[in-house]
Amino acid sequence: MRPAAMTLPTRRPKPWHPPAALLVRLASILALLALWHVAATLAASRTLPPTAAVFEVMLRETRTGELPAHIGATLARVAVSFTLAMAIGTVIGVALGRVRALDRAFDTWLLAVLNTPALVVTVLAYVWLGLTEAAAILAVTVNKIPNVAVIMREGARSLDPGLEEMRRAYRFDRATWIRHVLLPQLAPYWVAAARSGLALVWKIVLLVELLGRPDGVGYAISYHFQLFDVAGLLSYSIAFAAIVFAIDVLVLQPLETHARRWRPAA
Amino acid sequence: MPGAGAPLLDLAVQAKVYRTADAAPVEAVRGLALALVRGETLCLIGPSGSGKTTTLRILLGLDRAFVGQVAPDPETLRIGIVFQEPRLLPWRSVEQNIRLALPRRERGRPLDDLLRDLGLTAWRNRFPGELSLGMARRVALARALAGEPDLLVLDEPFVSLDDRAAAELRAVVFAAAERRAAGVLMVTHNIREALDVADRIVLLTPRPARVLGEVAIDIPRAERTRAWAERLRGDLARRYPEAVAA
Repeated sequence: MRPAAMTLPTRRPKPWHPPAALLVRLASILALLALWHVAATLAASRTLPPTAAVFEVMLRETRTGELPAHIGATLARVAVSFTLAMAIGTVIGVALGRVRALDRAFDTWLLAVLNTPALVVTVLAYVWLGLTEAAAILAVTVNKIPNVAVIMREGARSLDPGLEEMRRAYRFDRATWIRHVLLPQLAPYWVAAARSGLALVWKIVLLVELLGRPDGVGYAISYHFQLFDVAGLLSYSIAFAAIVFAIDVLVLQPLETHARRWRPAA
Repeated sequence: MPGAGAPLLDLAVQAKVYRTADAAPVEAVRGLALALVRGETLCLIGPSGSGKTTTLRILLGLDRAFVGQVAPDPETLRIGIVFQEPRLLPWRSVEQNIRLALPRRERGRPLDDLLRDLGLTAWRNRFPGELSLGMARRVALARALAGEPDLLVLDEPFVSLDDRAAAELRAVVFAAAERRAAGVLMVTHNIREALDVADRIVLLTPRPARVLGEVAIDIPRAERTRAWAERLRGDLARRYPEAVAA
């Protein structure tokens, strides 16, 4: 017989953000734009175009379909390498955090990769695999894995021994242990790794595209750099940063709130 | 009580040594033997750090690095346990915490009566972080009782509860144990509490733990008066000052 579904806990009301905080955030963005505009007006130089010129390029590139195509290519690379790095980094980090002998054996490897510049890994990937999509994805993934592994290792090290003993005393089966004891303890670390990971991955993807791909925001930035077209360069950078910011605010931050929903309100 | 009096557990620990953080060996238990039958309540009393909790961990199968034996293997018994701290999953509701301690096929079992007996009905959907320590202890007791255990292991389960709440919960716990003829092994510092509930009290030496003395109590719980308990407590304090404060 299938066990009856468990009653879900009462949902707490979502945290309320007062309008004042939102207004401050908006005012801050407007102030930055104003500052940029004043600086550009005073400088009157091609190297610092006014905001209007940048947004004009952004609009034009969107109409021609160039901007969405490049952003789409970059987002696809970010998605694949981010997913791979999170999956592999989580497995490695949890294994190192749980098995001391493994940690002792591979800690040096982890530190070595963690401290290798992204540029070196990218160049080596292109040298060994050629200027291919696989090399690009591999370079980004390898750059990000140590970062995820280090955070997840800390998570696995900080598992509550009291709960571990409780689940052993009550003989939780493996699935119950993983779902109800292990993963909820790792979730805040995973979300932290995801948030810092996204910020890192998209920057490395741009570098990888700049060095060896025929499309993507990194390629577009390289192209506009060669033309000394700062407005074009900024329009691609700002458009993509805005999208990553939106993913963080709309996806990862709610995930983080969900992962911490059981904590008593401060 | 069906099955009452049948052997339930035999524990014999010749030695248990653990190492501290600086690798110094500490002998926690030496030559400790305990036996428990179904329907019996045995209270372990001893000074702090005397190895009571270590003994419980051995008995639960959580610590297998010792010289001696536990029969039957704890894995074969249905055991309900209340640790010194509630040890609830903070990200699961009260009801989920109780259900998750049941075998998978039993998780759909109705819990209404149990929750009502322990005063948890209104709290069933709350998270542990929203509970007082006393309420969290009730949840830990409910979790221990939900599986209808053969053996209840209680490590100072009524600490931090006021006298009235402790008496109320003791009544619920021991009524449930009696219904099922479960054996109860309870660690406590409180000799008065032991005198209220125990069929047998085992007094332990300071570390390394071994049995210092044993007292069998054959007066029914309902007939144990305050004067009787005070008299016996005084007597035990004189005979076993190492284990019972005067």
